[in-house]
Amino acid sequence: MNELIKKAVALLESDSVQVIIGYAEGTGTRTRAIFITRTADCENLIFDSRCVQNLAVYLTKSEIKKLGKPAIVAPIPVLRSILQLAVENQITENDLVVLGITPQSELVDFESFAAIEAFLSTHQIVIEEKYQETIREIKAMPVTERFAYWVKELEPCFKCYACRAACPLCYCTRCTVDNNQPQWISVASHPLGNLEWHIMRAMHLAGRCTDCEACYNACPMSIPIHLLTKNMLQDVTENFGTYGPSLDKLNTLSSFKPDDKESFIR
Amino acid sequence: MTEFEPKIIAFVCNWCTYAGADLTGTSRIKYAQNVKIVRFPCTGRIDFMLLLKSFGEGADGIIVSGCHPNDCHYTSGNFHARRRWIMFRGLLDMLGIDVRRIQYSWVSAAEGAKWADIVNSTVNTIRELGPYTEYEKVAGYLEKEAKQ
Repeated sequence: MNELIKKAVALLESDSVQVIIGYAEGTGTRTRAIFITRTADCENLIFDSRCVQNLAVYLTKSEIKKLGKPAIVAPIPVLRSILQLAVENQITENDLVVLGITPQSELVDFESFAAIEAFLSTHQIVIEEKYQETIREIKAMPVTERFAYWVKELEPCFKCYACRAACPLCYCTRCTVDNNQPQWISVASHPLGNLEWHIMRAMHLAGRCTDCEACYNACPMSIPIHLLTKNMLQDVTENFGTYGPSLDKLNTLSSFKPDDKESFIR
Repeated sequence: MTEFEPKIIAFVCNWCTYAGADLTGTSRIKYAQNVKIVRFPCTGRIDFMLLLKSFGEGADGIIVSGCHPNDCHYTSGNFHARRRWIMFRGLLDMLGIDVRRIQYSWVSAAEGAKWADIVNSTVNTIRELGPYTEYEKVAGYLEKEAKQ
């Protein structure tokens, strides 16, 4: 990605941005996030199929904001998160420079959030068939078996909150789970606390999640928590039509239609 | 062995269902005594965490009720609540939490009889389903550990 490096150098030299948020080689075969403030370090920038971390998470972190205006390396999942953050008024167009990367690994410039939206309209969120199949299988279980399945799946969770830290949309500075008066959710690795934590996390992402799988990738125990958000994504599409961030629309749960349909309210 | 008496908690809005339940009382309509009513300003205020907490604290069933659509005291609280319920119900169903144990309804201040009917039918449903032992087992995990 020589082009990416050249672009980064130019941006830093012209002082249009103060920090480049990108990917670099990490431990072993893994990649890591890098925050470049000097042009000499720009050569460390890489981009390949291993770069799956969602960098948009850093846009709302105060430590990173302190570094100055960022330029961010943005493959499709990051672009979706940026757009969602824009919808939620967390960032404005002047706050950042987006170094977009197409699925063909080509560099693409975005002048505005509207341009990102136009680009993403040709790259809609699609839930892969294998996940759809898993969700169908889980839903086909009898209700008690399904409950036992999830209690077992969530059992390894020790509440490190890596899923929360990795999610670009979990940007609240104070979370319900940190609250201890009253304590809503037990901090112990306890089946009830685990269940409540994952329900809460999923519900707070309802209609907002952009399906980047950052939570699942961050989970040290590989708990399939992305299935919960993927399932909700399907529910949103089923009940409220199209899915995905859009600048002229409010979030699904921040808006309503007087004729929303349901079948369970008496 | 004594017959199982379901413990049911009802989260209702101040303006419609609470007034409706009041009317049930003043109309002297008799209904099942298993329900404990908690009054909220609006259905939009009823956080899903409260429903989870109810199950965690040993409720066998839950009723959530508010103003009919277009009748909300705050214009749109129940519309927002409805969307949230749709999403919440889908999530609970995915996780294997028995959605039959949560009854959602619209009860206006004039529908005292409907309130009695909702409570009675929910009590009957929960009576058939029995106590929510699966959730109790999960909720009582720490106590069990302490005993052992």
